[in-house]
Amino acid sequence: MNKILIIGATSAIAEATARRYAAQAAAFYLVGRRQPRLQAIAEDLRVRGAALAQFESLDLNALGQHAAMLDRAEQALGGLDLVLIAHGTLPDQQAIRDSVELSLQEFHTNALSVIALCTLLAPRLESRGGGALAVISSVAGDRGRASNTIYGSAKAAVSTYLSGLRQRLHGSGVLVLTIKPGLVDTPMTQSFKKGPLWAQPDDIARGIVRAVERRRSVVYLPSIWRLIMWVVRSIPEGIFVHLKF
Amino acid sequence: MIGQPGSWGRYPPARHSVVAVHDRGAPLRLEPDQRYLPYGNGRSYGDSCLNPEGALLVARGLDRYIAFDPEHGILRCEAGVLLSEIQELSVPRGWFLPVTPGTQQVTVGGAIANDVHGKNHHAAGTFGDHLRCFELLRSDGERRLCSRQHHADWFRATVGGLGLTGLICWAELQLRRIDGPDITGETLRFANLDEFFELSRQSDRSHEYTVAWIDCLARGAALGRGLFMRGGHSPGGSTRTPRAALLRMPFTPPLPLVNRFSLRLFNTLYYRLPRHARWRAHYRPFLYPLDGIANWNRMYGPRGFFQYQCVVPPAAATDAVRELLAQIAAHHSGSFLSVLKVFGERPAAGLLSFARPGATLALDFPNHGAPTLALLERLDRVVGAAGGAVYPAKDARMSGASFKAYFPAWQQFRDYVDPRFSSGFWRRVMEQE
Repeated sequence: MNKILIIGATSAIAEATARRYAAQAAAFYLVGRRQPRLQAIAEDLRVRGAALAQFESLDLNALGQHAAMLDRAEQALGGLDLVLIAHGTLPDQQAIRDSVELSLQEFHTNALSVIALCTLLAPRLESRGGGALAVISSVAGDRGRASNTIYGSAKAAVSTYLSGLRQRLHGSGVLVLTIKPGLVDTPMTQSFKKGPLWAQPDDIARGIVRAVERRRSVVYLPSIWRLIMWVVRSIPEGIFVHLKF
Repeated sequence: MIGQPGSWGRYPPARHSVVAVHDRGAPLRLEPDQRYLPYGNGRSYGDSCLNPEGALLVARGLDRYIAFDPEHGILRCEAGVLLSEIQELSVPRGWFLPVTPGTQQVTVGGAIANDVHGKNHHAAGTFGDHLRCFELLRSDGERRLCSRQHHADWFRATVGGLGLTGLICWAELQLRRIDGPDITGETLRFANLDEFFELSRQSDRSHEYTVAWIDCLARGAALGRGLFMRGGHSPGGSTRTPRAALLRMPFTPPLPLVNRFSLRLFNTLYYRLPRHARWRAHYRPFLYPLDGIANWNRMYGPRGFFQYQCVVPPAAATDAVRELLAQIAAHHSGSFLSVLKVFGERPAAGLLSFARPGATLALDFPNHGAPTLALLERLDRVVGAAGGAVYPAKDARMSGASFKAYFPAWQQFRDYVDPRFSSGFWRRVMEQE
C-alpha cells in the first residue's frame, strides 16, 4: 500500500491514518477543501517519511471535477494502491431540520459525492485488478435517530452502496472496505460532551490500517461498536421511537 | 481532549472552559471578558498551566512537523508536538534533542514556556539555548517571528515566559548528533554532601549527563548520602529498545502510597542494594525513569502532591542544601525520587528562566494540607536567604514576595504579558504578597 489517494485529507481520522502510512514511506495525493491545511499536512507527512505528498484543494460537491482530479492523482502517484474517502460534515440536526435546501446539501456532501467518487473509482481499480477502496461511513448509518436524521441516512446510503459495490467487485481483486467509527474525539465533534466511549483519531487509524492489511469488508472501530450497534438495531421500532439518545 | 485538563500534581483542582487549537494558521477565536492560557500536555506540577475559571487554549492538536533538515539537524514543528514524538522521529536518523527534562511527555511549547533543563545543563544549558526561532500569536491577531535577531526582546520574554506572552504556534530547534540510542555511564555511591559536590566537580568536566539521587530521610552523619549517576551518548546500535511505559497506576488510591514507612524502606534499600557500577542502557530509562510508570502521579492519592524544586547559588550551595535536607528529614517527608544536580554557569536564555548557576534540589511531597505548606514555606526561607529561586513550573504555593525576589526581571517581563492571557500562577504571585 504505497500509492495512496486520500479524499477529505484534512479530517482528523484521515490525517492520523496518513501518518501511519507515512512511517512506511508511502506516497500521497491529498484532496480536501482547505488549501493551507492540506499544505500543513503534506509537510508533516514528508517529515514523517512520506516518499511524496502532493495535494490539491477541491470542493468535493463539485461532482463534475472528480474525474479530472482522479486523473491528476493517478498521474502524480503512478497508479493507486489505496483510496481512502474520509470527507464529511456533521450538521447540527436542529439547525437544518426544517430546511429542505440545507438537508439536501448535507446529504449531497455525505452521500452523493461519496457515491459519485466510488462510481468513478470502481472501474479504475477493477481494470488495475487490485488495490483497496476504503470509505469512512459511520455507526450512525446503522439506524436512524432524531439527533442525526440526515447524517445517519447519508451514511446508511454509503454503507448500502458499498455493500453492493463489494459484491460487484468480488473476484476482481479490489478490496472494498466500509469503516464505521463510533464516537471519535475530533474537531468535527468538538462541541460534544465526551465520555468513556469516545476514541481518539489514532485508535481509528490503527484499526483502518489493520483492516486494509487483513482485507476486511466492514469494520466497526473501536470493535465494541459492532456489539453496541447490534443491540441498537435489535430494538423493536415500537420501543425505539420512545428512546432518547 | 477527554476530561477536564489538570496539572501533574493534581493540585489545585480547577475548572476551565476549553478551546482546542488544531490549526496553526487559524486566528484565535477569543470571547470578550475571557482570559486565556496555552495548555500543552499538563506536565507542569502546579498552577502555572492552569487558569481557574478562565479558558485554556489546548494546543496538543498543533502536532505537525513542518520541516526537517537531516544534514544539519534543524527541526521545525508545531508547538503541540511532544518531545517523545521528536525523539522517535529523530533518533533513528541520528539526531537527539539537545536538552530534555526528566519526562519527555511535554510539548515543545511547554518546554519553551518553562525553559526546561536536563541532566546536561552544565554542558548544554536549557531548551531555550537550542531554540532557533518561533512564531508567537498574540491575542490581537498579530504574529511575531521571534529569534535572537528578530524581536529578540520577545524571544527572551517568551522563553521561560510561562505561556503568558501569547500562543507559540511553531518553533525551530537545533538537534544534536548521536551515533546510537544508548547511554553508557556509571553509578557511584556517595556518603555525604561534600562527596557529592566533589563528584559533581569532576564529572561535569568528563560527562554530558550528571545527576544524583538523594536519600531525603538520611540525617546526621548520613545526611546528603545518595547515588551519583553520570553518562554520555554511546556509539553503536541499541542493546534493546524498552517499551514506552512498562507499568501504569490504574487508579488513584484513597491515601498516598508514599509515607514515612514506605519511604524509609525504599530509600534504605535503594541506597544499599548492590548495583553495577558501570552500565549501558537505552536513553529512555536513564533520562526519563518515571515515564516508565504511566500516571505515576496518582500514587499520591486524591489530594495530589507538591513538587518542590529550588536552586541555590554556588557559594551558599553546600550549607543551604544541608539545611534544606535537614528540614525535610526532620519532617519525615519527601519522595522516592529526590534529585540533586549542579547547574552550569551559562547565562539564562529567558527573562524568567529558572536554571542559573548553583545546586538544584527537586523532590515531591504528598499534600497533607497545612503541615506540608508550612514545611515548604520554611524551605522557601532557606532558599530566599541563600539568594536562590524556586521553579514556577513545579510550584502551586510560593508567595508573591518570594517570586519577585527569585525572579527580579518580573517587572521587565510584565510588559510582554498578553493583555488577554493569564494563569492561576500569575494571578497568585502578582496579586498576593
